[in-house]
Amino acid sequence: MRICVVGAGSIGSLFAAHLATVADVLVLTRRSEHARALNERGLQISGRHDFTARVTAASDPRDLADFDLGIVATKANGVEEAAASLGGRFPAATIMTVQNGLGAEEIVRAHGDWPLISGVTFMSGTKHSDTHVEYILDTATWIGPFGETPFDRVQEVANLLVDSGLKAEALQDLRPAQWSKLIFNATVNGVAALTGLPHDEHFAAEAEVADLGHLVHELVEEGKRVAAAAGVELHDDPWEMNVLATRRGSAHYPSMLEDVESRRRTEVELINGALVREAVRHGVEAPLQTALYRLVKAREASYA
Amino acid sequence: MRVCIVGCGAVGSLFAANLAQLDDVEIWAYDLAQEHVDAINRDGLRLSGAGDVLGRLRATTDAADLPPCDFGIVATKAMHTSDAVAATAHAFAGGCVATVQNGLGNEEAIAQQVERVIRGTTFPAGKIVAPGHVQWDVKGDTTFGPFEARPAPAGEVARLADACTRGGMPAKAVEDARGPQWRKVIFNASTNPIGALTGLTHGRVCEDPALRSLVSALVDEGKAVAAAQRIELDADPEELIDHAARPDVAYDHKASMLQDVEAHRQTEIDYLNGGIVRFGDEHGVATPHNRAIWALVRGLEQSW
Repeated sequence: MRICVVGAGSIGSLFAAHLATVADVLVLTRRSEHARALNERGLQISGRHDFTARVTAASDPRDLADFDLGIVATKANGVEEAAASLGGRFPAATIMTVQNGLGAEEIVRAHGDWPLISGVTFMSGTKHSDTHVEYILDTATWIGPFGETPFDRVQEVANLLVDSGLKAEALQDLRPAQWSKLIFNATVNGVAALTGLPHDEHFAAEAEVADLGHLVHELVEEGKRVAAAAGVELHDDPWEMNVLATRRGSAHYPSMLEDVESRRRTEVELINGALVREAVRHGVEAPLQTALYRLVKAREASYA
Repeated sequence: MRVCIVGCGAVGSLFAANLAQLDDVEIWAYDLAQEHVDAINRDGLRLSGAGDVLGRLRATTDAADLPPCDFGIVATKAMHTSDAVAATAHAFAGGCVATVQNGLGNEEAIAQQVERVIRGTTFPAGKIVAPGHVQWDVKGDTTFGPFEARPAPAGEVARLADACTRGGMPAKAVEDARGPQWRKVIFNASTNPIGALTGLTHGRVCEDPALRSLVSALVDEGKAVAAAQRIELDADPEELIDHAARPDVAYDHKASMLQDVEAHRQTEIDYLNGGIVRFGDEHGVATPHNRAIWALVRGLEQSW
């Protein structure tokens, strides 16, 4: 079994290192020095687990050997480039996406007719260096078939993830989980990016009239109305996900907050933009999600 | 007549130095910034820029020094109104107190401490460049009118307006001063926090159609709350917003709230969008966008 992980940010690195304990793992990076460092030093995991894995890394897709499973673990903005780099090759591979938001599967599909697996992951990590990631939240990754992919294939991949030490579950229909996370991410990441707050107790506070929890609640309610109009029954209530996450003790810094603080392009288009476009498509009013989307877009525009 | 400026920051200094030019007016200033007060007592209060003025007046950080005054002009930031008026109220036992502050709720706060209150709105602006020295950026008009719940007599309102006008700060006494106040509040509440949240100048906020429509949503809610109180705006905030966006007017202006946010200073959001929400609640008008913006800027303040 050979697996190729495309993109070695914190999520990609967590997949690569764990899977390397049960399979051959290739890692495709963007930077050649990143690939060189991984080949020289291996990939160290600390936190929830503690080990160093051997992986074979490359920054040029032409250097990749054939593989059975590809995991596209780039940011949402990187899926197009990642899929293009695999296009026309690896006919035996199944490709899995794990991006935030909606639409990654369609982007990959445009570059090849591999069987696709949709994924959402709730695990999180902090990247300390190119070769060291701290495993912070060991919550599950949920995967499901996209299009005609047989469920058996999905189940095999879930088993592989579990064997590697990660938490994973195969679901017949991933959309309920994907949408729960979409609404959660659009709301929490957007509010964090604009306020500068990590995902902490402010997001669940509803005692005073101006407390942030009221806004978070309203944003979630709008998202739920969009999901209902799209015919999706949510797997988890995003408000409850929010409340639970704020009680974990250590506040998480959503990637969108890190992105705006570093003046990088965010995933707003595939998260908040996707939700707002779904609202329009299904004729549902989502004024506050729309405002949030526009404000984050404007914040990005202010870099220039 | 004797006038005490309560809060001798930029706007307070414009009133203090100009009124000090009049032979028939004695000016006092109450402010907590010791250096500024010392400089004023030593060298006078100097304005430069839109007008060059040197005012001779008595300044103090100790409210007990204040003699009985005919008028108070409160010019603190809105969050300091109650404390500043509580400290100085003894000087106004026989006088009237006017506000020239930003936002909603200052009159109510003043009226908890003094008998005769004047609602006021002023457009001139400046900034303190050194102790005792204020840069006068823009000239502008002031409107005074009796505060309905605890009104100053019309004759006294006229007497204050007349003194300001003679001193070089054109002022008008009217029966209902709510129109200009709500026009200014709606303008500020619909534009300043958008600049503060996105980092964009006024002109860039207005030239992005998606963001401009968010501004309009905020304006519409403000207008609805004003209409529910039978307040007639003296000008359409939409036109003022577009006018200010012109390259020759205030395209490059960074909203004062954005400057506050960049310096991690508490903003006046509670008295702008927060004020619109409170008055909206009292009059049964929904203000979801103003409520959202209020919560976001509050969140921003909590992130420091």
